[in-house]
Amino acid sequence: MTGTPIISLRGIANRFGTVTVHENLDLDVRPGEVLGLIGGSGSGKSVLLRTILGLRRPQAGEVRVLGVDITHSDEAARRAVRRQWGVLFQDGALFSSLSVIENIKVPLREFTNLPPDAMDDVAALKLRMVGLAPEAALKYPSELSGGMRKRAGLARALVMDPAVVFLDEPTAGLDPIGAAAFDALIADLRDALGLTVVMITHDLDSLYAVCDRVAVLAEKRIYAVGTIQELLRVDHPWLREYFTGPRGRVAAGVSGPAGRDAHAGQTPAQGR
Amino acid sequence: MRETVPPFREPTLKGDYRRPDPDAHAGPHEPGLDCTPAASCVEPDQPDGADGADGGARELVLTFSGAWDVASIGRMTARLLHRCAEVGNACAVPGDAPVVHLDLAEVSRLDTAGAQLLCRSAASMAAAGAHVVWHVPDHGQSMLLDRVRAIDISAVPRARRVSPVLGALNAIGASIVEELEQVRSIIGFLGMFLVSLAAAVARPWRLRWVSIVHHMEQTGIQAVPIVALLTFLIGLVTAYMGSEQFTRFGAQVFVVNLIEVSTLRELGVLLTALIVAGRSGSSFTAQIGAMVANEEVDAMRSMGLDPMEVLVIPRVVALVLMLPVLTFIADFMGVLGGGIASWLSLGISPGAFAVRFLEITRLANFVTGLVKAPFFALIIGIVGCFQGFRVTGSAESVGRLTTQAVVESIFLVIVANAGFAILFMSLGV
Repeated sequence: MTGTPIISLRGIANRFGTVTVHENLDLDVRPGEVLGLIGGSGSGKSVLLRTILGLRRPQAGEVRVLGVDITHSDEAARRAVRRQWGVLFQDGALFSSLSVIENIKVPLREFTNLPPDAMDDVAALKLRMVGLAPEAALKYPSELSGGMRKRAGLARALVMDPAVVFLDEPTAGLDPIGAAAFDALIADLRDALGLTVVMITHDLDSLYAVCDRVAVLAEKRIYAVGTIQELLRVDHPWLREYFTGPRGRVAAGVSGPAGRDAHAGQTPAQGR
Repeated sequence: MRETVPPFREPTLKGDYRRPDPDAHAGPHEPGLDCTPAASCVEPDQPDGADGADGGARELVLTFSGAWDVASIGRMTARLLHRCAEVGNACAVPGDAPVVHLDLAEVSRLDTAGAQLLCRSAASMAAAGAHVVWHVPDHGQSMLLDRVRAIDISAVPRARRVSPVLGALNAIGASIVEELEQVRSIIGFLGMFLVSLAAAVARPWRLRWVSIVHHMEQTGIQAVPIVALLTFLIGLVTAYMGSEQFTRFGAQVFVVNLIEVSTLRELGVLLTALIVAGRSGSSFTAQIGAMVANEEVDAMRSMGLDPMEVLVIPRVVALVLMLPVLTFIADFMGVLGGGIASWLSLGISPGAFAVRFLEITRLANFVTGLVKAPFFALIIGIVGCFQGFRVTGSAESVGRLTTQAVVESIFLVIVANAGFAILFMSLGV
């Protein structure tokens, strides 16, 4: 879990006109961890993700991913890094004119010299790995449910076996069972492939289930980073409300080992 | 950075048993060198060769090294499959089943694609009857192999590759079936529209006049400049071209007849219809399509509003009212253009042109042109709205159907025009 950070942000500033979203923002992501990024609506989570991905140039600061300075290096270096990360956008961002399997094959076609059969095999493997039914392969994005689109998007993000995966609200819009399955999938893939995962999420259950550390975006910077236990000790009104509000208590209750006992103890009381 | 070249040690197939021996491959591989068959390596013997006849267990050691990842296994795939085929041949020879050792001790990086390739090869060798033994010292790699092996991809359907001829025939057949189905549903749509329209006409206060007037402005008033300019230019060009031909016969004055027949009877209304199809037909599809994609139409239905009444009737009615007006403007501008060209190229003064024009003009020509306009408007409006409702979810289908709406309505307008020409001819107008 230690070692040089795989992603490091230093002194990032993002402004839209006169509105400052980020100011002097620092963040490190360690190799092999699942980092959750939380923050209130409008706190600039998506802007931060776009900044890390190099889709937005910050007004100040430096973004290093896998040792490459995304903001200042030339296009060739950036392209090399882009092949080593995968991104799952909020609604999958699948190419609507291609079937699921063709979507998954896009990076293979562009960046490898695999024979067509092998491409089919690799894409089929990724399709199964993210838990999609075999029949989904030839469907088009418009024929899929939201959850299936996310899974297909994840398969496409994973097809090049990237070192880092960015997930933008991976469980938003999924039913609780589907969301839990997606959490398990991410943890599973992290273990199997040694992935580093950066996920924006609002889902408290996801935070408890898969995130090794959580970064809190507040007051225009990363206000705190740490395990949930550490964050619970941070004194900030938004954080306190976030973790100890009604939803936070429930998520903590069902996910934490101590909470599970407490929950079990309460069951007879509720039945009475 | 990852190593880009996966060195692949040439396997050996010998009669005597050989363990994979790390010392034999001591020293770091220079990337790129081991891709070519190393001269020091023993070339595999043919299974039916002298060594294969030695008896005893036949053993093959495949030593993998370097990075076996998705970026670099491409050039290794064919080679490995070649080895699999060799093992298959060896199995076909009577005797003890060959033993294949897969040695991954020197693999620096293995990803799912690499693991899948190895598993697939091992499975094919095992299926041929060989006994496959894995040597995977790295725990992570062995876990990855187990994982990949556990995933069954056989059920994933493959896009079938068909021959170009069959593919073309298939596409033609599919498009014919689709067109026929579309003809059926567009007639159904027209029927629904007429029923809704009849209901609306019976209770005119139910018509959405604000919406109708809005669309009259959008499809009619705003189209005036482009329609006027284009028909003016066409009238101009027709007169120029005509005057050149007529001058040869000394019959310059017949240019006026040419302008009169061509503009009033055919070009005015046809050009207007084509411009409107491109301008308004496409926008009907795009507007309604975007609403369908955004679930606005479903929201409307769930509130008890009839999309036909809210969306289609105002658009089509507005177009039916405005296209004759635009046609009249087009006729006027076409004749004006023709008059100016006659004046400039033939010296027919505006006064003489007007006298001659009034003298020869038959009202029938003007009326036959104008009478077609509402029918063309109906075609354009119905096709545009119909294609809008066919949008399904994706933004891509909005674009595709918009194109289709324009192509289809232009096609139908021209076909209808031909039909009118035959009708009027047989009626003797």
